Amino acid sequence: MSSRFSAAAAAVSEPALPSRRPRRPFASRLGSRAAPYLLILPACAVIGAVLGYPLYFMGRLSLQHYGLFQLIKHKGEWIGTKNYSQILHDGLFWHVVARTLAFTATAVSLTMVLGTLFALLLAQLGPKMRVLLTAGLIFVWAMPVVVAVAVWSWMVDFEFGVANWLLTYLHIGNFNHHDWFANTWSGWAIITSLVVWGAIPFVALMVYAGLTQVPQELVEAATTDGATSWRVFRDVTVPLLKPIFVILISLSIIWDFQVFNQIWILLNGQPPPQYFTMSIYAFTTSFQQSQYGLGSAIALVMVAILLVVSFVYIRQMVKIGDAE
Amino acid sequence: MRTRRARRIVLNAVALLVFAVMVFPVYWMVSTAFKPGSDIFANTPVWFPYHPTLGNFGDAVHRPHFWADVKNSLIIVSVVVAMSLVLAFLAALALAKFRFYGRRAFIVLIIAVQMIPLNALIIPIYLVLSKAHQVDKLSGVIVTYLTFVLPFTIWTLRGFLLGVPRDLEEASQVDGTTRFGAFLRILLPLIGPGLVATSIFAFIQAWNEYIMAYVLLHDPSKQTLTVWLASFTGDRGTAWGPLMAGATLTALPVVIFFVAVQRKIAFGLTAGAVRG
Repeated sequence: MSSRFSAAAAAVSEPALPSRRPRRPFASRLGSRAAPYLLILPACAVIGAVLGYPLYFMGRLSLQHYGLFQLIKHKGEWIGTKNYSQILHDGLFWHVVARTLAFTATAVSLTMVLGTLFALLLAQLGPKMRVLLTAGLIFVWAMPVVVAVAVWSWMVDFEFGVANWLLTYLHIGNFNHHDWFANTWSGWAIITSLVVWGAIPFVALMVYAGLTQVPQELVEAATTDGATSWRVFRDVTVPLLKPIFVILISLSIIWDFQVFNQIWILLNGQPPPQYFTMSIYAFTTSFQQSQYGLGSAIALVMVAILLVVSFVYIRQMVKIGDAE
Repeated sequence: MRTRRARRIVLNAVALLVFAVMVFPVYWMVSTAFKPGSDIFANTPVWFPYHPTLGNFGDAVHRPHFWADVKNSLIIVSVVVAMSLVLAFLAALALAKFRFYGRRAFIVLIIAVQMIPLNALIIPIYLVLSKAHQVDKLSGVIVTYLTFVLPFTIWTLRGFLLGVPRDLEEASQVDGTTRFGAFLRILLPLIGPGLVATSIFAFIQAWNEYIMAYVLLHDPSKQTLTVWLASFTGDRGTAWGPLMAGATLTALPVVIFFVAVQRKIAFGLTAGAVRG
């Protein structure tokens, strides 16, 4: 799972290099041709070794039976595409896929809507309030996931958690000693809130940064023409911010689809099947049932689904690079 | 005038509410960390640490393996950052300063590999490393962390290198210095802040990582701080005070660093996107 930070970096637009370079008289032609390849060679070698090889190995694993016995021998047994046909005929697998999609859709929509609303709010605030709210968002953004999970599990603790107290106090119901994870829906509500809470700052601050770039003349012109602020938002702001939205939405989908740490730690490393997402399913199949081949097949299906979304993201990134 | 003032008041009230809701978990962590047990295990929440104590912190750092795991985290993170920085700097230089065949493909590769979920990749990595007897060794984790820190570092450094005006570099070459001389005299000081910011971000990423370390390190004295904290979280009948103190300590270096550099990396990133 790449963290929110890497996305920040990945969201850097790519200014194009000038196509015509002045002649460099001192560097020999051959030397300058080989130079970039020599420079990227070490990085390529390392990426190939630590990423490329495991990926290739995972592809092979998905075609093997690889259980405890094979783990000891360090050698799998070829079974062709049996792992894939097994998961495709597995009712639990399709449940998990549907649940992962539903969770992703919910979490991404909530993140984007709330993040955009917070960004619009930031744009309307005076300088002091804006600094305060920005600072708050940055603090939330900075929280390591493992730390955030610890705090949330304390807040929803069944005995002394502040959530149960507050809901009882507000007469929303009797939440004394309420165990949030006993009921699947309320358990997922907590997981979703935790994930959305952690993801909002990045979206809000990025959209806000985009809003500050919208030319004020355009907004004024539209307002003079009698457009309501909703129309201005829909017909001026959103089209201008579309590249940012495409990037943020695709990144959010990529992160939320592979959600793992939050569920895993909140449920103490033993999530019951109703809390399985694709990544949890692949993980437990591999490491708890020691079915590494089957787990790899599930993980590869997940990677394949993610690739489709990544394609949209990467295309947008490259497009921005070309436009400049 | 009056409606304007009313609007301002409503907006500020909404902003305060949003601020309170978003920041509350952070506040609750820190305030719980400073509260004595009687205030933590109270039937009505105590909203402020009126009787502040450092007891929870003392308890947390004296728990088994805390210091060993801090040390492990620091070793892993420093080696990963140092290795990535050297490798990434060279590659970023190629991307930012040269046009070459395959450049676009390399960029796509760098972005694409960051999309691969670590919790999928851990399956083959675990098997490969266990075959190479690298499970339960920091070196195995270090190699593994390069999978996500290196591509990220290349991409970020490239951005900083692009920011260096070409004229400056060329001016020095006209004066007769070699390309390498130009690099040392002009480029390095200019991208110094970028190098610092990138290494801090790489530090944060490696420090926060959980799943790889969780799978690869079994011996409690060989784990990282995040694994220590997560196993603490899972305890039934959790000691919430010490846990929140431990969480605060885990988050502290990250928050300090993050606040220091986030402006450098996070803002202005989207600047180009709107114009495009």
